[in-house]
Amino acid sequence: MSVLTPGRKVEKLDRLAELAAAPADGRGASLWREAARRLRHNPSAIAGAVILGVFVLVAAIGPFFVPYSPTDTIGVANGEVRPAAGIIPGPSAEHWLGYDHLGRDEFSRMVVGARQTLLVGVVATFIGMSVGCLIGGIAGAAHGLGGPWGRRLDTVLMRIVDMMLALPSLLLAISIAALLGPSLATVMIAVGAIAVPIFARLLRGSMIAQANAEYVLAATALGVRKHRIALSHILPNSLAPVLVQMTLTLATAIIEAAALSFLGLGNPDPSTPEWGKMLADAQRYLEISPGLAIYPAVAIIITAFGFTLLGEAMREALDPKLRT
Amino acid sequence: MALLDVTDLSVTFVHRGAPPVHAVDGVSFTVDEGEVVGLVGESGCGKSVTSLAIMGLLPRRGVRVGGRAVFAGRDLLTLDDDARRDIRGREIAMIFQDPLSSLNPVVPIGVQVAEVLVRHRKLERAQARRQAAELLERVGIPDPQRRLREYPHQLSGGMRQRALIAMAVACQPRLLIADEPTTALDVTIQAQILDLLKELVRSSGTALIMITHDLGVVAGLCDTVNVLYAGRVVETAARVPLFADPYHPYTVGLLGSIPRLDRARGERLTPIPGSVRDLLPWAEGCAFAPRCDRRTDACLDGSPELTRVVAPPRAYRCVNPVRSAPATAGEVSG
Repeated sequence: MSVLTPGRKVEKLDRLAELAAAPADGRGASLWREAARRLRHNPSAIAGAVILGVFVLVAAIGPFFVPYSPTDTIGVANGEVRPAAGIIPGPSAEHWLGYDHLGRDEFSRMVVGARQTLLVGVVATFIGMSVGCLIGGIAGAAHGLGGPWGRRLDTVLMRIVDMMLALPSLLLAISIAALLGPSLATVMIAVGAIAVPIFARLLRGSMIAQANAEYVLAATALGVRKHRIALSHILPNSLAPVLVQMTLTLATAIIEAAALSFLGLGNPDPSTPEWGKMLADAQRYLEISPGLAIYPAVAIIITAFGFTLLGEAMREALDPKLRT
Repeated sequence: MALLDVTDLSVTFVHRGAPPVHAVDGVSFTVDEGEVVGLVGESGCGKSVTSLAIMGLLPRRGVRVGGRAVFAGRDLLTLDDDARRDIRGREIAMIFQDPLSSLNPVVPIGVQVAEVLVRHRKLERAQARRQAAELLERVGIPDPQRRLREYPHQLSGGMRQRALIAMAVACQPRLLIADEPTTALDVTIQAQILDLLKELVRSSGTALIMITHDLGVVAGLCDTVNVLYAGRVVETAARVPLFADPYHPYTVGLLGSIPRLDRARGERLTPIPGSVRDLLPWAEGCAFAPRCDRRTDACLDGSPELTRVVAPPRAYRCVNPVRSAPATAGEVSG
């Protein structure tokens, strides 16, 4: 047993006061704020946010500050790049990442390519999330509140979703892209389409779980109508996993969009650099200039890693089992 | 005529591959206008299921409900969904056991209280909000304007239960069903909530069905008490005669198992041995017989009928009651 000296007593009291004061102002106005507070204290969330912050910054304003035009074949014009002779110079003081196979400045192309990658990732995820949540939301609400006919509708919707899930996602994306012909919109739709069943399943499951919650019973006991219970009680409580999935889908969407571009199903316009296509172009020159493949590959990996870090941290922050 | 007349209510849970479970097995009781009626019994005796059946809140699948529950001339068990939704919250409201899980965690208190008013009173949002503030004040929540904007997790347990009570009484229902409203609360808060309920019932003339396993709550609140055992009412009486003069051995057991101030210190409580039997407790004789110390051979000879005593009014389901009723002309079987 330690004796409490006056000094330590004060220290202890101060600590207690801190603890007592903390919940008063530290507790946010909502669960979301509570989750945000926990995110700020999670190192992997911070790491993910920093990576994404840099990526978004580069994508947003980088193209205005690039040293060279990403389409200017300066290396060929000045004779430094001669791919036929096997000469593609690597990094130098003027060209930080060297030239690509057409003598364009690789660094400028990487920076401008970030914008394309972000655009495709965000739009594709948005498409997948909206369509998926629409299907999942209808199915979940119908299952929980719609009686026998609702359960039938849910079964039909979910079988369709299961069929989409049963196909390998890249195969599905390739089929869609091949069907629509190569273009930027195709990539977005195809990558979005493969995220649809994931969101649908997720929101439906989450809503069905919430439909059994006590507050739904309490609201029903107060005579609240079904559509209102679905929209203002069940839905807001079911969105946390969707938000987490959104972050994780952004990561896979970027990789999948790159894969489609790599396979030549992306934007056919050669003037817009895109990491996936840069990777595809680089494979012919792997022996001469392996860097051309490494830069976009590493950039894709780091970006996807950033989204994954943030998504995992969000999952932890929003997990009700870990909620204090 | 009684406000609510429950006759022979039965609820059976049917599960594929398992024998059906009779959770409520022919429960009858009445609630008069403005009366406080207690449903008392241990866990699993069917008291909560009874209230959910009256409210029509049991799931459709796997549940069979029988009997009648006539509320103000209409049988609640045969109403269609729309009519039922109109009654819920406006004419019959319910208070649940766990106030935290009964409130939507991501919606502010004010929106949840106003929702009931918008639904049943057809009020405008702003108007409903003003009334919500008044309601919170009425149930004893200080600084209601601030509380309206707060989320359930920011309120204390007692505050949450007060908010739920505010939602329940928002439309001045004629009947309130409180399902163990104090079980999840601290002892000091329990007393406050009971006082609040008592005050609301007295001032508004609302009838109240109090579901509890706590005889202390019954003693402080109820006019009439129904003791449930294994899905049936085993004794019904007004509060005073029930406590002073219990007839059924189970009621005696319940009273014997709670500590009392007027008993000697160190005296052991007398628990009721065993637990409720499952499945078909009343199929062969009295369901309480295996745990009863007054068991006779007659107890296992068919299920005991309800015996009614006219004055003072009471009913009990026992062939060998603790205090046998005087064999007067008032005694009727059935």
